[in-house]
Amino acid sequence: MLKIRNLHARVEGKDILKGINLEIKPGEVHAIMGPNGSGKSTLASVLAGRSDYEVTEGSVEFLGKDLLDLSPENRAGEGLFLAFQYPIEIPGLTTVNFMKTAVNEVRKYRGEAPLDAVAFLKMMKEKMALVEIQQTMLSRSLNEGFSGGEKKRNEVFQMAMLQPKLSILDETDSGLDIDAIRIVSNGVNKLRTKDNASLVITHYQRLLDYIVPDFVHVLYNGRIVKTGPKELALELEEKGYDFIKNEHQVEVA
Amino acid sequence: MSTIDTFSDRFHSLQAVKSNAGLNGIRQQAFNAFNKYGIPTVKNEEWKYTRISTVFNTDFKLPLIDDEAEIISIADVDAIRLPGNETANELVFVNGLFSFKLSSFRSKELIVLPLEEAASNNEYAAFVSKNLGHSSNYLKDGINAINTALVHDGVFIHVKKGLHLDAPIYIYNITDARTTNVLSQPRSLVYVAERSMVQMVETYATIGINASFTNQVMEVVVAQDAIFEYYKIQNDASHTNQVSTTHIRQIEKSYVHTVTLTLDGGIVRNNLNMVMEADHCESHLYGLYFQQGSTHVDNHTVVDNVMPNCLSNEYYKGILDNKASGVFNGKIFVRKDAQKTNAYQSNKNVLLSNEASVNTKPQLEIFADDVKCSHGCTIGKLDEEGMFYLQSRGISEKIARSLLLHGFVIDLLEKVKLPLIRDYVDQLISERLEYDIS
Repeated sequence: MLKIRNLHARVEGKDILKGINLEIKPGEVHAIMGPNGSGKSTLASVLAGRSDYEVTEGSVEFLGKDLLDLSPENRAGEGLFLAFQYPIEIPGLTTVNFMKTAVNEVRKYRGEAPLDAVAFLKMMKEKMALVEIQQTMLSRSLNEGFSGGEKKRNEVFQMAMLQPKLSILDETDSGLDIDAIRIVSNGVNKLRTKDNASLVITHYQRLLDYIVPDFVHVLYNGRIVKTGPKELALELEEKGYDFIKNEHQVEVA
Repeated sequence: MSTIDTFSDRFHSLQAVKSNAGLNGIRQQAFNAFNKYGIPTVKNEEWKYTRISTVFNTDFKLPLIDDEAEIISIADVDAIRLPGNETANELVFVNGLFSFKLSSFRSKELIVLPLEEAASNNEYAAFVSKNLGHSSNYLKDGINAINTALVHDGVFIHVKKGLHLDAPIYIYNITDARTTNVLSQPRSLVYVAERSMVQMVETYATIGINASFTNQVMEVVVAQDAIFEYYKIQNDASHTNQVSTTHIRQIEKSYVHTVTLTLDGGIVRNNLNMVMEADHCESHLYGLYFQQGSTHVDNHTVVDNVMPNCLSNEYYKGILDNKASGVFNGKIFVRKDAQKTNAYQSNKNVLLSNEASVNTKPQLEIFADDVKCSHGCTIGKLDEEGMFYLQSRGISEKIARSLLLHGFVIDLLEKVKLPLIRDYVDQLISERLEYDIS
């Protein structure tokens, strides 16, 4: 589904990603862990198509297409979804109107007819239950004045509405208490099918108690330096990132 | 003959042919002021960013009631009627001259008289004498003066004591520029009497492609416990210019709510004065401008707190695209007796192009010591983070931009309390944004 080959990227003249290789197949959950500054969020941003990141080398193939060649909206149309670490507040635009536009734009891209008001409402009600969101929240300006937990639930709600093939969750657990993590993870797990995949970016192991990965990758200094089964996350939790750093430095040496 | 030369001829002929005991003195005083001030140049601090003098490079005709009003048809008026017109009181000015023939009055108790008549009859002469031209205390320039110096065929509107007007007043200012360049100078005096309530909507339209310059003055007195709502919708063509003055005197415990909406027009200058002359007045001044092309919009506001315990809340927002330019100048005076004043002001701008510009200036002069005043202004570009967020959900760049801009203006649209008018303006903005969210 996703093939990243030797991906290099820079922002403001600084090289951040220095040769990422990663392949994700349908039905898989991959976790990317790593210390602060290792390039985790940069990878998410590059995949979603932020314009201030410059790809200097390498390629990304998504469902057979050159992902880097697509605009952010077309990436979403193809089935890529990024749950933001810091969802943006949009004054004056309700989540309902936002989603109505987004769902129908994506449908248009996929060559499907727009949903009418009744069908949209029905779908919305269904997805709201998934992340325990109330109607009143969706009628407020998007993310404006939302708590951290509300913002993240709203992200997963949007993900449910857009039915992506690949979801990237960028530090979705940051700033959440255990209850919120449980609700958010529940939503993500219910959306799992054999056809879609997730890339979970996190600094801490605790999210992976709820969203259990098939593979754990450790990102350090712009490269994936270690890949293992879900137990690798526990090892990292126990030993901290220093052992990776030390090990990696030894390798380099 | 240049336009300015015609002013003198017209003034002298009005004083002779349309001599009026109540108006002659006021006209004379204003004509003296015009001769003293002249047309303001950019050296005048109040007109620094609005080059109004260039408008006078064109030779305009100053219409008289007999020569023009006949050729405006009902169909011409139909073309600019606002939604809800079937039940509204519709007041029509043609080339700045009030037309009873084209106006429709639906509220039986509403009093609408020729200004000349009000100025000379026993009932209103004293009121006219006291209030007509009061704006000149705040606007010391030849533009304001020339409207008063040449006042004729204006209108006097009286909402009687205790009357809650059952239908809004819509005012249409039509300029007929089909055959010549026209300078229109609509003039009205409005008396919102004690405990009465009225909603008013005003708009402007030019027919024809010749130059059109509207120099309008409306003076309003809002008496004790009265409520006045006023909406100005400016969406005339880009080849038209206007200076639109709304001067409001507020008496005790009165309440004023204004929204100034500017969506088009070559040079648009709005003077909005709120004079809070008694205790416990409340006023809300809202404004929204969305200009493109090479147009210019200038909102000059004055809130004058003369007496204690008044509240004013001012909030203007604007979007400027292409080479459009904007000005916001918000004066707030708090006189020495005006203790416990609450005065708030905010102006927010989004510039959509590198060639668009805005000059924004709060100007607070406070002579009392127990007051709460705040002001703030922002100028920015469209939020890039917001754009990326929306695009990442599959929304095209163009629609994402429309959604953000619509979101930016919606809190001001919500200040329009007449639902039909609010929907109408929302529609105009959606058309401009080429995306209708609803």
